[in-house]
Amino acid sequence: MCRLALKTAIEPFSPYSVITAMEAMREGYDGSGLGLLLRGLSFKDYAYRAGDLILSGIAHGGAALHRLNGFMEAGGFELKYDHEFNTDLSLIEAKDRYKYILRVYKAPAAWKEFSQARVDDELMLSRLVLRQDGEAHGNDLTVFSFWPDVATIKEVGWPLVVGNALGLNDDRIKARVVMAQGRQNTNYAINLYACHPFFIQGIATMTNGENTAFVPIKDWLAGRHFPGYIGYQSDSEVFTHILHYVLRQLKLPLEAYKHVITPLKTEELTTHPQGDFLKGLRDACRRLIIDGPNCVMGSMPDETCLMVMDHKKMRPGTIGGRPGVWAMASEMCGVDALVPDRDPALDFQPQREHMVIIPPDRKELTVWSQFQTFPLPQAA
Amino acid sequence: MVAIPNLSVTPGSLTYPDLPWVVAHREDRCTLCGRCTSVCPTEAIYLTYRRQRMPRLDIGAGVKGTTTQRTFVGIRQRTDLKHRCIGCGMCAMVCPNEAITPAPNANDQRAHFFHNQGGLPLTRGGRRNNRESLLDRIIFNRISMLTDPALDAGRHEFHLNTLLGRVLPPEEYLRRQRAGEWIPPVREIFPFIISSMSFGALSPNMWLGLLQGVAYCNEVLGIPVVMATGEGGCPPWVLKSPFLKYIILQIASGYFGWDEIIRAIPDMQCDPAAIEIKYGQGAKPGDGGLLMWFKVSKLIARLRGVPAGVDLPSPPVHQTLYSIEESVMKMIQTMSMAWGFRVPVYPKISGSTSAKAVLNNLVRNPYAGALLIDGIDGGTGAAYNISMDATGHPIASNLRECYLDLVAQGKQNEIPLFAAGGMGKNGNITQNGMAMIMLGASGVHVGKYIMQAAAGCLGSEKNRCNVCNLGICPKGITSQNPKLYRRLNSDDVAQRVAEVFMSIRTEMKKVMAPLGRSQSLPIGMSDALGIDDADVAERLRIRYVC
Ligand code: SF4
Ligand code: SF4
Repeated sequence: MCRLALKTAIEPFSPYSVITAMEAMREGYDGSGLGLLLRGLSFKDYAYRAGDLILSGIAHGGAALHRLNGFMEAGGFELKYDHEFNTDLSLIEAKDRYKYILRVYKAPAAWKEFSQARVDDELMLSRLVLRQDGEAHGNDLTVFSFWPDVATIKEVGWPLVVGNALGLNDDRIKARVVMAQGRQNTNYAINLYACHPFFIQGIATMTNGENTAFVPIKDWLAGRHFPGYIGYQSDSEVFTHILHYVLRQLKLPLEAYKHVITPLKTEELTTHPQGDFLKGLRDACRRLIIDGPNCVMGSMPDETCLMVMDHKKMRPGTIGGRPGVWAMASEMCGVDALVPDRDPALDFQPQREHMVIIPPDRKELTVWSQFQTFPLPQAA
Repeated sequence: MVAIPNLSVTPGSLTYPDLPWVVAHREDRCTLCGRCTSVCPTEAIYLTYRRQRMPRLDIGAGVKGTTTQRTFVGIRQRTDLKHRCIGCGMCAMVCPNEAITPAPNANDQRAHFFHNQGGLPLTRGGRRNNRESLLDRIIFNRISMLTDPALDAGRHEFHLNTLLGRVLPPEEYLRRQRAGEWIPPVREIFPFIISSMSFGALSPNMWLGLLQGVAYCNEVLGIPVVMATGEGGCPPWVLKSPFLKYIILQIASGYFGWDEIIRAIPDMQCDPAAIEIKYGQGAKPGDGGLLMWFKVSKLIARLRGVPAGVDLPSPPVHQTLYSIEESVMKMIQTMSMAWGFRVPVYPKISGSTSAKAVLNNLVRNPYAGALLIDGIDGGTGAAYNISMDATGHPIASNLRECYLDLVAQGKQNEIPLFAAGGMGKNGNITQNGMAMIMLGASGVHVGKYIMQAAAGCLGSEKNRCNVCNLGICPKGITSQNPKLYRRLNSDDVAQRVAEVFMSIRTEMKKVMAPLGRSQSLPIGMSDALGIDDADVAERLRIRYVC
């Protein structure tokens, strides 16, 4: 089973601390890949200005990098910072890595006139163009994210080794939110696009477990004909897209995500104060019901973090911490390693009806239950 | 040339080995009780006296040989087609001494060449006479080995129900919800539905037994089974009862029974589960319903608003409207309006290469609640043999194509597709139904299997029995003759209905648990399906396994 660790703190910290914490969860795990997603970035060598765009990916050859540069220039993106990792490629299993890309760009001047929604779409489309360009050239270019204040690193191999290979222990990158997934080679052949966390327009999630309802969910999402709903090298990518769909297309609050992926039973909805509305929502979004067992952790552009689980998740994720620092992990020992100086008695393991939210102020956890109502001003 | 007069051999003369079933009778066991001859629905057998010569040979001079005669009694089989043995096996069932049984004739069956006497082609009830079932070959092979832990079919909680009714796209649902606009009615039902069998085709005991069983499933077992009426309405007491919510009322091209239904609307305690508009039937595409005169009893006549004892053929199409598109649109709207837009309304069509056109028409009709496609293996109470055997479209590829068409449009959640025709043909009802669901059906309609499993119908795809059209049903399932239908106890039928659905429920869990599915019905989960035929796999876009 894949390992998940998420840490969020007011003070930026090194992603390496999350990777080392993952070692605590090594038992029963084959560590065949690492995915990292960082938010709230700060660089030792560069003063990052909030709002500037960060492009993350891998160029597998000079030609790919050249095309990437050409595309970015033609698009009017101004390169502000190119983070050079202290790489030791000998530690990396794959032999075709040319350059790990983590670059800061300034958005084209013309975008100032654009609405936020337009900007968001342009960013996604640019990422997709680069991805397709790589795919059209024998996968020589992999692009994970292109968004303000989000960096993504994905690589095949044992997580700690990957961290060392990229020199992440040099403290040159820090972040306020780090999502890390240690991949277990489960049902799909390893492909970098199959590594969690998945990202779309500021929204990121990672999962462990098995999404047995993958095909019907994927079919439905693909039917939205939304350009970003592609990929699906992993059965977990749909969790990110569902969250995106609920928040950005349906414009529902975060809590609705839980009602969409794991709706309450009919008998439970019959006595629920918002039962009528929720039954209709469940029916309308029926193809998005997940059928785990899955534990989903996510983070939002405003650094809100969340964790949900389905009915069948027998080994739930754990969440714990103290005001200012919180951690979620797929195994209890992971939380211990991430935030040792906390009161473990206050750790929480969500049940099937819970959504745990760590708000951006990181003061305390919000445990919300599906049996409670949620704010739905216009609808309810 | 003059025919030799004392040999009664005509072109149509048949003898035992020419018939599909040969009655094997053991005289040494027969006590001549006569039960077999009195139960035989076709009078295929009769009790007869025979005389046998007993030659005696006396050896000796001057003695003349004398021959005596012995008489004996026995059961004989008639060989004319009207009185052919239909293999129903009732004689064997009632014989106290195991002295008689019909045996299938493995030889060439010349009889088939003569099923056109008087210029009338063979008509019958039942299904296409073809034992093969593609659905029996579809297996579930995406076994979830990685879930922690694997699901326990016996203890885990499963969500097995499906939705019947138009489901809005989420954006539109939210918009209407906010604006307080109409949201189409949706029913949450068990995905195995008792398909439309009319109150005229079924005997009153059968119909009552089904209804009792369905009510028990809903109210005691918590399995929300619904049943469809078929054409011809249903008794007024049912229309005004709380059981109506378990019933899908069918309106077909003869509009039989609808006077009663419309008149009962003000007195209805609840809404029906849905309204099914029948445009076609898988067993006999292009034919309307047909109720023969001898089934039109006084009660049936009253319900249908016709005189008793007349043939009731429904026209092949709804006559009142100009085109099928217009008809579908107006019928759906009219029916929706009759119940204040609170009841899902959907059409039933026969499987056809043109099913997709109908579907796309429905996609654009905001009131259409579903589409039911009935494949070539569907059953019927009465049809021409050629319609049943050779006309129509198998359900699997037809349904799959329609589903994939919806997927391409992203509308697979909006119009639920229901499949019928050959479900449980060889008894594997859950396997067949779940295969259809994973191919994209929201549920399946089951008729013949229910008659077989719940009421002991003797019909089979080897053309056993299948005389449902003649009003002589030996089990009392499809007869309006009280002497026959009193054989069927409605309580027994109800009990069997409950047993059947309990067992389907358990088997559904046994299929879903290894696939790791429990939280919703695995509609369209085609990655779980495999078949040992590469061409079929390609056509259905499922996995080829060998
Ligand atoms: S099997 Fe049926 S039709 Fe044939 S002889 Fe027996 S009772 Fe008559
Ligand atoms: S038992 Fe009755 S219903 Fe069944 S095939 Fe024979 S006549 Fe038809």
